[in-house]
Amino acid sequence: MPKKANLKKVMVIGSGPIIIGQAAEFDYAGSQACRALKEEGLEVVLVNSNPATIMTDTHIADRVYIEPLTPEFLEEIISKERPDGLLATLGGQAGLNLAVQLAEKGVLDKFEVELLGTPLKAIEKAEDRELFKETMQKLGEPIPESTIVEDVPSAVNFANEIGYPVIVRPAYTMGGTGGGIADNEEELIDIVIKGLNYSMIGQVLIERSVAGWKEIEYEVMRDGHDNCITVCNMENFDPVGVHTGDSIVVAPSQTLTDHEYQMLRAASLRIIRELGIEGGCNAQYALDPNSNKYYVIEVNPRVSRSSALASKATGYPIAKVSAKIAIGYTLDEITNAVTQKTKACFEPALDYCVVKFPRWPFDKFVYADHTLGTQMKATGEVMSIDRTFEGAILKAARSLEIGVHRLHMDKMDAWDDARVKKALARINDERIFVICEALRRGIATVDEIHDITKIDKWFINKLKNITDVENVLAREPLTPSLMLQAKNIGLADVSIAEITGKTADEIRTTRKSQGIVPCYKMVDTCAAEFEAATPYYYSTFHAAEDEVKVNKARKVVVLGSGPIRIGQGVEFDYCSVHSVWALREQGIEAIIINNNPETVSTDFDISDRLYFEPLTTEDVLNVIDKEQPDGVIVQFGGQTAINLASSLAKAGVKIFGTSVDDIDRAEDRERFDEVLTQTHIPRPRGTSVTSLDEAVKGAADIGYPVMVRPSYVLGGRAMEIVYNESELRDYMSRAVKVTPDHPVLVDRYMEGTEVEVDAISDGIDCVIPGIMEHVERAGVHSGDSIAVYPPQTLSAKVIYTIIDYTKRLAVALHVKGLMNIQFVVVDGEVYIIEVNPRSSRTVPFLSKVTNVQMVDIATRIAMGENLKGMGFRSGLVPPRPYVAVKAPVFSFAKMQDVDIALSPEMKSTGEVMGIDYHYARALYKAIIGSGIHVPTHGCILFTVADKDKEEMKQLAKAFADLDFKIAATAGTAKAIKEMGIDVTTVGKVHERSSDIIQMIKNGQINMVINTLTQGQHSQKDGFKIRRATVEHGIACLTSLDTAWEVMRVLSFMRERRLVYSLAIQDYVGGGDEMA
Amino acid sequence: MKGKLILEDGASYTGELLNNINATGEVVFNTSMVGYQESLTDPSYCRQILTLTYPIVGNYGVADIFMQSRKCFVGGFVIGELCEKGSNWHYENSLADFLTKQGVPCLYNVDTRAVTRHIRAAGTMKGIIVPDDASQTEMDELMARPIKKEVVMEVTTPKPYDIDVEGETGKKPYHVVALDYGVKYNILKSMHDMGIKLTVVPADTSAEDVLALQPDGIFLSNGPGDPADVPEQIEVVKTLVEEGTRQRGIPMFGICLGHQLLCRALGADTYKLKFGHRGCNQPVKRLADGRVHISSQNHGFAVDEKSLSGLPIEVTHINVNDGTVEGIRHTELPIFSVQYHPEAAPGPNDNMYLFDEFMSLMEKKGE
Repeated sequence: MPKKANLKKVMVIGSGPIIIGQAAEFDYAGSQACRALKEEGLEVVLVNSNPATIMTDTHIADRVYIEPLTPEFLEEIISKERPDGLLATLGGQAGLNLAVQLAEKGVLDKFEVELLGTPLKAIEKAEDRELFKETMQKLGEPIPESTIVEDVPSAVNFANEIGYPVIVRPAYTMGGTGGGIADNEEELIDIVIKGLNYSMIGQVLIERSVAGWKEIEYEVMRDGHDNCITVCNMENFDPVGVHTGDSIVVAPSQTLTDHEYQMLRAASLRIIRELGIEGGCNAQYALDPNSNKYYVIEVNPRVSRSSALASKATGYPIAKVSAKIAIGYTLDEITNAVTQKTKACFEPALDYCVVKFPRWPFDKFVYADHTLGTQMKATGEVMSIDRTFEGAILKAARSLEIGVHRLHMDKMDAWDDARVKKALARINDERIFVICEALRRGIATVDEIHDITKIDKWFINKLKNITDVENVLAREPLTPSLMLQAKNIGLADVSIAEITGKTADEIRTTRKSQGIVPCYKMVDTCAAEFEAATPYYYSTFHAAEDEVKVNKARKVVVLGSGPIRIGQGVEFDYCSVHSVWALREQGIEAIIINNNPETVSTDFDISDRLYFEPLTTEDVLNVIDKEQPDGVIVQFGGQTAINLASSLAKAGVKIFGTSVDDIDRAEDRERFDEVLTQTHIPRPRGTSVTSLDEAVKGAADIGYPVMVRPSYVLGGRAMEIVYNESELRDYMSRAVKVTPDHPVLVDRYMEGTEVEVDAISDGIDCVIPGIMEHVERAGVHSGDSIAVYPPQTLSAKVIYTIIDYTKRLAVALHVKGLMNIQFVVVDGEVYIIEVNPRSSRTVPFLSKVTNVQMVDIATRIAMGENLKGMGFRSGLVPPRPYVAVKAPVFSFAKMQDVDIALSPEMKSTGEVMGIDYHYARALYKAIIGSGIHVPTHGCILFTVADKDKEEMKQLAKAFADLDFKIAATAGTAKAIKEMGIDVTTVGKVHERSSDIIQMIKNGQINMVINTLTQGQHSQKDGFKIRRATVEHGIACLTSLDTAWEVMRVLSFMRERRLVYSLAIQDYVGGGDEMA
Repeated sequence: MKGKLILEDGASYTGELLNNINATGEVVFNTSMVGYQESLTDPSYCRQILTLTYPIVGNYGVADIFMQSRKCFVGGFVIGELCEKGSNWHYENSLADFLTKQGVPCLYNVDTRAVTRHIRAAGTMKGIIVPDDASQTEMDELMARPIKKEVVMEVTTPKPYDIDVEGETGKKPYHVVALDYGVKYNILKSMHDMGIKLTVVPADTSAEDVLALQPDGIFLSNGPGDPADVPEQIEVVKTLVEEGTRQRGIPMFGICLGHQLLCRALGADTYKLKFGHRGCNQPVKRLADGRVHISSQNHGFAVDEKSLSGLPIEVTHINVNDGTVEGIRHTELPIFSVQYHPEAAPGPNDNMYLFDEFMSLMEKKGE
């Protein structure tokens, strides 16, 4: 079938901000789809609120709208662009839900937009629990006994009927938000209440729990001609009970017989056919480990996180093929881009083992509940490839960047055997490490571990193979044959060094002299049956033949940024990809090394060669030994890549861009102080202390409040602002362990305006594309602040000073490429907070709104060009006539027990952008886009710290003037009354009569403004209030600055048209300025 | 013990040798990720040295129910990791144990991707498996051994046997005579599951004897080797086409070697593919409606499409990857055949509909 002839213009919906359950995989899928559509000569209109993505680049789509993903904005854009078709199955659950809403509102009919790909009916059949159940029953596909409930008593009744444990799943959510397993009535009631809140349609499913069964997934494709294939199947290391996004996953399945494999494959084909899906689809099964019995657990009628994983695991571009199917092609008409000989209508054959390992944010949320269940908690994941499971799982472990390089956690060395054994029963992020610890000590057999964990013995035996080799290494001299055995099992040089008491360098030198080096193999979709054109490689010590044909071209390695985590998101992938593109444009071969399957950078046709490898010194050096590149670029891969710079340089590798020594001068506190003295740039006073007494004395000298943080990360709550000595003493005893080796840094906390600058320098000149002003005052992590471009309140003098300081630092640090600087402005004086001599989170945002291709320029500088030569003049690029606002997005709903209050520790997982000619509307778009439910009327609850009461009074008045009812806790209420405002006094949490929590639950409060109060008791209350707002989906603002801006937006909303949109191309091209 | 696989052109691959048995055979590769026991016991691999591209083998052990014939017929087995501890509720024995009991020379810890790439480029060729310390003379002697051609008689059933339909169905079941050139059990099971009564006869059974059984359908099975090497069987098929199908209207269905023998009997030619099709992911297009199904395949020869002109043969299926003939039907008679394996085991069961088609031809005949 040829492509649909009526299509000229197609709209693609992206997935919005990165949140837990919906990460970079949709940037990858969406970008691939847009490229596939453009390839067909179609005009592509893209809508996504997330500026950090590749897909929102103006060369990915013809018309890019960075606007809130709401039906109102989508309708506005559709009415403006009048697309012929809408592709919504590549934008995750967010995109799918929007498409459903647009169809239901009649928008698609009104503007004659055809929903492309999977029809609406299929989406409903898969997503609506009752319809899904009917469909499965019709097919005879078994699903666990279940019922849909809309209230708590029905849930309890059903559970009593089928017996506990039961699983609760809310309808129309992703990442399992609001779901869970209940072992008893009390737990059930708790989970159902939450689930009902989260469900878009107020329904939850209660079903029989098959926890402990094997969890198997299939990625299936179907075209409009009813041709179906499975791209890949996957087996979860963690049995049913742990969300698949939180499970370690292998591809292909390892413990299934052909019969089981085909049984579930056939079921997948039956299901995708019955649903009528056109494109990609994901089916999840629970398989009884002791019989042929299985249940269908879930079907996602769209491209999913698993599809991204399956694409990277097999080389089969699911998103691309889905896009082609959506515009009318059949599978046998689409070329397999990897072989370029065969067609997309085949099933990939793997000749390697793939492991996916989730990356959890527990390093940031130390106090969060680490238990894994049906609600996903991981922010990202790593993938690894090897010829053995042992090799792949060890590669995955060292890709995580959680301070481990094998399946061993130092802290467990101190655990006694009983504690290790006890820990086996806990299902959390450390389970695989505990299993290995138990195996290593020989305190539990494979059978015993299987009995406790239900993890298949195959996996446990494989882990034992690893610990067995570790134990031999610990016992016996490191002979060449033992070295070979250790490398064959997949242990890193640093792991062998640790066990044998040598250094990683020694191990590396020794094994290389013994000829023990890895081979590189190709991922080609077909297990070598056909010659492949795609340069996608992985390493293995389990092979004889190396397939990489090394050439003598000028080439550079670009290091990626690893898994998505809090603080290091998709922004850095954007930078890596742009650097690769810039190099290729210069005629330089670009080689990328990365381990994140969700990203665009690991798409097989982005770079000249892709090495899917851990980002460790050894793994990177192995690639460099093989490729012999001219050098490495580290400044775009976030802290991951920067951290590798010095060890690579030490090994003799050329680092392009800012030198390793200059990076160190910016990062090392003492050396940086020297730079500041030299350049006469002030910073907040600070000192480094090694004892509590010194801290107390130092803080008194500097003057409270002070910002305190350990000079190294203990894993605790790293950075806090303390206002007096008792708080300081509390912090020192609670959060850090201060010793002469581990000093604590005490800095004056300056409550001022925070300003952020991204600049490009060649060491002589320095171009500043834009300055961003933060809405929240200093003290809130820059990643959690609302940032505004261009600055709205800074004086000309301040801006001049910022430009001047930036230039001075660029020259002093010999910056060759990008740098990011954070300033604080207090009473018109500018102080520096920190400098990062690398790309930052704000680079994609700023590149898009200023139209300065920062990464491209920085890459060319790193490769030897200069700014003058490229036609740039030193200084600030004149600001644009519009305003762009970047707002953080949080995933608090997924993380129970996490305090949502903004603090110096970053907590957001993603970001959105609002852009407009009016500041207030740009802000409105950012706030709406970030998912804050701004109420237009109702009651606002104030409960603030004493230090904030004065300011709060003004704020309360402003809200009262907008006809909001005001409620407050006693102290706060008293202050508000002084303003002559009507205020309802509410009881504190422990005062049962008119409990705040109860009021939130009852819907009597529509927004909460709460600032942090120190002290154990009030801290606990504040925490409870804040969590209650999350559980009940109401806005909670923990910074008065944010609250002021929300107030401004509310006041603006009464005067102006809210929904107005313009493509980025029009903004940067200076188009329609009439609003 | 160390061992190696040496190919006719001198390429050599090292590994560990499981059973100290030498082997000479044609080296072929299969890209399936599961179903190693089914492949090992597929008689079509008789005397071939089978290489698996999937690098971890033995994960779920072996079990009796996965046998596709009475024993392993492969000449040798070349794999990556030989998984020691299998895990599955079907598990009865380890793969290593099974290979030893079956006397299969197995070279493991081999870079099978390298072997595959070599064969892909150079084509299927002869190879030997030897211990690392084998002398040059020994290796030369092994390499010089001719590859045995008369393999069908080695794998076929020595005696005819019946597979009856259990229980009373009320209706008299259809009776199919299956010519066993090396039939896989799942073919028989697939037909049996449809309520067909089977008589499986040795490959050298005469057409007269087949027809004397008064079958409702005739089935030509899969099997090893070059179809050109069994002219007697082709003659039998010729007679069955004429006297069975043309004269008595008995439908005929062929799979794999059966398909090739049928085509040769009808006057077509077959030729050897460079490295064959062996795996579970081969896309086959049904020309009648353009639908594509994924199939399990194991063949080194194919029917030459050019040789079909002027013959009463219509191509019904082609391979999407290389366009080779995957299925045909007789333009006048109720005869059809496919090159691939609708019975799967191992592989996808997308093509079970072919057995239904055979069934409906028998139903038509009965009307």
